[in-house]
Amino acid sequence: MTALAPLLFVLPALGALANLLAGRRANAWGHWVGVAAVVASFVVGLLLFFETLGLEPEQRSREVSLFSWISSGTLDVDFGIRLDPLSLTFVLLITGVGSLIHLYSVGYMSHDPGRRRFFAQLNLFVAAMLILVLGNNFVMLYLGWEGVGLASYLLIGFYQDRPSAATAAKKAFLMNRVGDVGLAIAIFLLWLELGTLQYTEVFARIGEVPSGTVLAITILLLLGACGKSGQFPLQSWLPDAMEGPTPVSALIHAATMVTAGVYLIARTNPIYNLTETGRLVVALVGVVTLLIGAIIGCAYDDIKKVLAYSTVSQIGYMILAVGLGPAGYALGIFHLLTHGFFKAGLFLGAGSVMHAMNDDVNMRHFGGLGRRMPITFVTFGLGYLALIGFPFLSGYFSKDAIIEAAFAQEGWQGWVFGGAATLAAGLTAFYMTRLMIMTFFGKERWKELKAPDGQDYHPHESPTTMTVPMIVLAVGSVFGGFTLSAIGLYEWLAPSLGELQELEGGALPHALVPWLVVLFSALGVLVAYLLVGRRPTPVERPERVSLPVQAARRDLYADAVNETLIERPGIWLTRALVFVDNRGVDGLVNGVAAGLGGSSGRLRRLQTGFVRSYALSMLGGSVFVVAALLAVRFA
Amino acid sequence: MSPTNYLLLSGLLFTVGAVGVLVRRNAIVVFMCIELMLNAVNLSLVTFARINGTLDGQVMAFFVMVVAAAEVVVGLAIIMSIFRTRRSSSVDDANLLKY
Amino acid sequence: MILAQVVSDATAGDTGVGEAIVFWILGPVALAAAVAMIFARNAVHSALFLVMTMLSLAVLYMMQQAPFLGFVQIIVYTGAVMMLFLFVLMLVGRDSSDSVVEVLRGQRVAGALLGLAFALLLVAGVGRTMFAVPSVGLGNNAANGNLTGIGRLIFTDYLLPFELTSALLITAALGAMVLAFAQKKPKAKLGQRAAVVARLRGDRISPLPGPGVYATANSVAVPALLPDGSVAPESLSEIIEGHEVDEAPRPPSDAHSLTGRRRELEAGE
Repeated sequence: MTALAPLLFVLPALGALANLLAGRRANAWGHWVGVAAVVASFVVGLLLFFETLGLEPEQRSREVSLFSWISSGTLDVDFGIRLDPLSLTFVLLITGVGSLIHLYSVGYMSHDPGRRRFFAQLNLFVAAMLILVLGNNFVMLYLGWEGVGLASYLLIGFYQDRPSAATAAKKAFLMNRVGDVGLAIAIFLLWLELGTLQYTEVFARIGEVPSGTVLAITILLLLGACGKSGQFPLQSWLPDAMEGPTPVSALIHAATMVTAGVYLIARTNPIYNLTETGRLVVALVGVVTLLIGAIIGCAYDDIKKVLAYSTVSQIGYMILAVGLGPAGYALGIFHLLTHGFFKAGLFLGAGSVMHAMNDDVNMRHFGGLGRRMPITFVTFGLGYLALIGFPFLSGYFSKDAIIEAAFAQEGWQGWVFGGAATLAAGLTAFYMTRLMIMTFFGKERWKELKAPDGQDYHPHESPTTMTVPMIVLAVGSVFGGFTLSAIGLYEWLAPSLGELQELEGGALPHALVPWLVVLFSALGVLVAYLLVGRRPTPVERPERVSLPVQAARRDLYADAVNETLIERPGIWLTRALVFVDNRGVDGLVNGVAAGLGGSSGRLRRLQTGFVRSYALSMLGGSVFVVAALLAVRFA
Repeated sequence: MSPTNYLLLSGLLFTVGAVGVLVRRNAIVVFMCIELMLNAVNLSLVTFARINGTLDGQVMAFFVMVVAAAEVVVGLAIIMSIFRTRRSSSVDDANLLKY
Repeated sequence: MILAQVVSDATAGDTGVGEAIVFWILGPVALAAAVAMIFARNAVHSALFLVMTMLSLAVLYMMQQAPFLGFVQIIVYTGAVMMLFLFVLMLVGRDSSDSVVEVLRGQRVAGALLGLAFALLLVAGVGRTMFAVPSVGLGNNAANGNLTGIGRLIFTDYLLPFELTSALLITAALGAMVLAFAQKKPKAKLGQRAAVVARLRGDRISPLPGPGVYATANSVAVPALLPDGSVAPESLSEIIEGHEVDEAPRPPSDAHSLTGRRRELEAGE
């Protein structure tokens, strides 16, 4: 059975190749090839999953070495696959949600002339993401890591004719690059210390590495995770990435790729287990990010950006969870799975709304859409309830578990982590309720408006290829959490992540935490209803708002900070270098050349062409030489 | 009398030849001055052979003569061909190769 | 007899009285001739002065137990090389290069000063070092005669350079032929008729007068005289400088019978 494992990423890669190489003749059927490749990959994943489920827990981690990939000096890297509960979980998430979103894209992109290219790039992404999670060493992880970065770049900039999309793609690529450098250096350090990059060997021998180096490695890995997962301080690319088509936002920038950072930290948990400081940094980054995301999400009117900041915030929860150490790795993965379902569903719902509203994303132009598109409304509503942690929906299980674990930390950490997570849960409820009300309830504001393309809005339900995935994901959002905890996700993941530690004590009694979270969420909903639902929503965005709202609208000045701290000095440095290059280096070079040219121009006058002048100088030279010889000899 | 006097004579003849190269403009006379310098060197070679007591210096002088003969043949041919094209045998007139 | 005495002296390292006498006569002669060579305005005179220097040097070679070199000097240098020089001088003739005006400013002064400095340095250097060196002399080497010694050296130790010189000489001969060979521009070959037409249309129908006809001299540099005693300039080669020639004395009156033209001219007068 393990021989089937390479098919997991080979099939989507072949799909991408077929779509890219077949040319225009594949316009009619290329998208179905893409869908079939991912669905087939999902089926293979299911087969492997059930086979692994039949094994004893100790035997569930298997390695399949395909071929020797890089052999250079003492560096030996196999192209190998690691099949263990963690990677299989990701395989199912990626191919399962990926299949649904591929199916959805068939309908969503049906009018787009670049649909074949879109499916090629989407398949490429799935292949790269599977390599990322399936590799049994850090180099394959890095290969997949860069592969998904490339696919993300291509898909964010899918609408090549929009300058904003091109800029967003470039921004995503550059900020990912910052993180990738961290990851690369971490891998270099591991190689330097241990001389191997296989997971099994690295994790077995990580104890030999000095603690300072371990801390450096964890921080650098975290930098990589921050870049890929849109965590503070590299979070600002993720909302801009919403310039891509909505299925891309659902698959890459909500469900799978942006969770690669969580995967990275969970995968390298033996390293993080060694350093408490490293874990603390991870948890702090998570806390800061989840607050930032929740706060900014409250201020935006762009439906996709609200969801994007929600993603930033939810991934902050996951990072916080894996930062809690053995008590949190499985919780982070749990939340990652449930989030994959409901956030993908929410994005697909948002895409459905945009599809209905002539690609408009401004929620102030929406309103009362619930009656016009009932399936979208219901599936979106279920996703919304799951996200805000409505009791017994999937978000309730996964997020509350994280908040409980956060409160269970010792000392100030329990209060700070738990308090921030609870506060963010309330904020989440607020901004999601605001989104729901502005989109699906209230007055039908679009009736008096014209679409940006000058036509009237004609909201309508989406075609079946789009609604079916939304329904499936909604069902997943509702029952996913309960099912996963019922079938024992934590025990299933134990071979990869270690046994989940139940924490005792901490800041608050455990029984109290769910009530507190539900209370905060309810408060958020209530405040949103009072502020947004009871009042008519202005079609134009009010400009005179309080300072916090202004700050949130400007992403809490993240771009401004980046610009001031990095971009401006970079530009100054560049200008200074250009100046030095033009005046200094070029000046020196040109000056030497000009000096040589000028002196040569004068010296060449000595070349009179008269042989006798040359003979004179020769005689002069002879006299000099003889005089010098005699002087040395007799002096 | 010491044979060194021959060396002094040789040096003086060489100097006269060198100065002749510098001051004369007729290519043929310049050539003669070069021959004079070669002869001066030959004289010193012969004298050295005598001082050293071996014949190698004389053999050297012999080779110098052979080379000088070859050089004269080629050099005069060059002067001829230059004269044929430029109607002049002045070394100052052949001054195209300059700045 | 004096020469034999001199030569026997020279087998010893030092010079004898006879050799000293010869040196003090021929040395200044060679030097004076060399100086005269660079001062002579006429290139032919320069060549002759150089011959004088070379002959002096040949004698000095002989006195220094190098009779072979001395004869080679006379035969090859003064005999062959200098004759070659004179041939080329005759071919090239005198031209502006013999002008006394110096074109390069300061060339003569600088050359003289440098030459003086060079001579002083050489004399000082040689004088300070060489007078202290004892002279061995060629007594032993010359046992079988100078020629035998040189021949043995050339065909043993110096065989390879010697063979190389033969290659050099052949190359030089070929090079001289290539350089001196004046390639004539191929002219269009005229047919008999075309040649006749060209000649009748040309400015001269008759052949050019040969040199020296009715001349008082048989040199090519002397132009021919026409039957009436006047000079025929076209009889001279263009590259040979013509010599002034006096008008020939009037021919006897009976010579007029030879041509009718003269009479017509007189009638014209």
